[in-house]
Amino acid sequence: MPNTKGFNLMNGFINVFLIALCLAIALPFVLVVIISLTSENSLVQDGYQFLPREWSVEAYRIVFQKPDPLLKGYMVTILITVIGTFISLLLTAMTAYPISRMDFRYNRPITFYIFFTMLFNGGLIPFYIMMTQYLHLKNSLLALIIPTLLSPFNIMIMKGFLDKISKEIIESAKVDGAKEFRIFFTIILPLATPALATLGLFIAFGYWNEWYYALLFIDNDKYIPLQLLLVRILSQIEFLANSPLAQVADKLAYANFPTLSVRMAMAILAGGPMLIIFPFFQKYFVKGITVGSLKG
Amino acid sequence: MAKTEPAATRIQAESQPPKPSWLSKEWKHLKKNRELLLLATPGVLFKFVIAYIPMIGLILAFKYFRYDQGIFGSKWVGFNNFEFLFKAQDAVRIIRNTLLYNITYIVLGTVAALLLALLLNELSGKLIKIYQTTMFLPYFISFVLVGYITNAFLDHKGGFLNTMIGWFGLEPHKWYLETTPWIFILPLVALWKGIGFSTLVYYAGITGINTDYYEAARLDGASRIQMMWRITLPLLKPLVIILFILGLGNIFRGDFGLHYFVPNNVGPNFPTTDIIDTYVYRALTKLGDINSAAAVGFLQSVVGLVTVLSANFLVRKADKDNALF
Repeated sequence: MPNTKGFNLMNGFINVFLIALCLAIALPFVLVVIISLTSENSLVQDGYQFLPREWSVEAYRIVFQKPDPLLKGYMVTILITVIGTFISLLLTAMTAYPISRMDFRYNRPITFYIFFTMLFNGGLIPFYIMMTQYLHLKNSLLALIIPTLLSPFNIMIMKGFLDKISKEIIESAKVDGAKEFRIFFTIILPLATPALATLGLFIAFGYWNEWYYALLFIDNDKYIPLQLLLVRILSQIEFLANSPLAQVADKLAYANFPTLSVRMAMAILAGGPMLIIFPFFQKYFVKGITVGSLKG
Repeated sequence: MAKTEPAATRIQAESQPPKPSWLSKEWKHLKKNRELLLLATPGVLFKFVIAYIPMIGLILAFKYFRYDQGIFGSKWVGFNNFEFLFKAQDAVRIIRNTLLYNITYIVLGTVAALLLALLLNELSGKLIKIYQTTMFLPYFISFVLVGYITNAFLDHKGGFLNTMIGWFGLEPHKWYLETTPWIFILPLVALWKGIGFSTLVYYAGITGINTDYYEAARLDGASRIQMMWRITLPLLKPLVIILFILGLGNIFRGDFGLHYFVPNNVGPNFPTTDIIDTYVYRALTKLGDINSAAAVGFLQSVVGLVTVLSANFLVRKADKDNALF
């Protein structure tokens, strides 16, 4: 077996390469964590280092001293994620089911009607004007939920799953005199639970990381989701001067306020939990992605 | 007497063979499909409001928009809004940037993901899962957080990138105020964020290949490189082509998150970072030229439709089963 040695050598090379690559991919995360745990003195003097001269949890202490913006951000984000995911799942399934039925007469026109919006749209400016000037949804929770409520992509994934449900079940239910509504709610939805779970994860992930529509439609302090909170902190340190966080800053005298490490601590507290949770569901992401990309 | 007449006509009408009028036939179909139609109605109405009505707003490209006059009240100005496309350097710049960056992302992403998927396929065992999860990590964070992470590297005062080039005796850069570095930074960040996703798509494609091919090849004494080159790659070709063409179809739609949060929306780097999407956004939210933005947005929508349709046409020609429609 002269070949085995060659194989092992090749595997070795591949593993070394992939380990190096994975380290390169993961190290930026590590750097941010370390910065948040570095004392402000070290940051100012040495810049951002993987091995800081002085460690400190001061940044976290400051954030937790006045956790209101962060807690509020979590509340808004959780709220839109839960409500949005629920309505979105229901609406997606309700739209996907009729077009998955081959005997539905308006199957093709509705399918086209839905998917055409994927190819052509009015663009940002008309949408923005409609949402703010005509629907008056600026600065409302609805502005964060509505825009991504019904995506053609999700309908396509859902339809793909529903296509696999045996048509005989539907037929026999019809023979027993069940109405379409009952069939949908008592037979189809329970059968589609795995699909709903996968899709629900997708949708929830989207709502959790949503920042685009918050950036567009939210400009008061009432409904700031986590991501928008991070946008504001990142884009302007002056934010500290006119936000609830500013009160903390006042106490500590603004000049000494450890803005650098606090910024990174906020990023970790806002983004960290999900970064730990989502990978556990990676399997479902892969499932959804492969279905979506292979089918469309 | 007056009463009998309608009764008589009714009898007459009933005794006549039913006219197969198109309308009544369609009405019957409608009644039969009523419930399923009702089920689809909320979604259809929703899409009408959220997607179809804004399409009317595309006429803004030919109007001088004023908030107080609304979409319909604003004055028509013909092609005036499009004039800036030929005059201002902004237009050339954002269209060029959008196209060039998207092409770079597509080519780089495809090649890298394909290569990594092939490498992963050569391995077996537990390590694969660790590699996959690690590569997938950046996919789970929003571009806002990506902005934080890149800031840790690019910050002028303490950014790690300046520390790194300092090891080689190079002077620190003010990255956010420069233009050239972004041509490399943006594709690198795009690759970092998206590589896990696209690698998994191709890897799933590879694992879907029938193992009989490899068995047969092994019996014939094929080497691993040969199998990779002669079996895996050719069988992946349809998937690669389709994803590639679909990417090309969306070439006019830029990645707003990447181009807004990573360069941190700082004016001096706009020449190499500004794309159509960020330009339109700025025009809308900051004091910008909303009419030029409407014109370029119109162009993006229309050209976007044309490119997607052409892409689909190409996919159809290559492989009918994989066409979108």
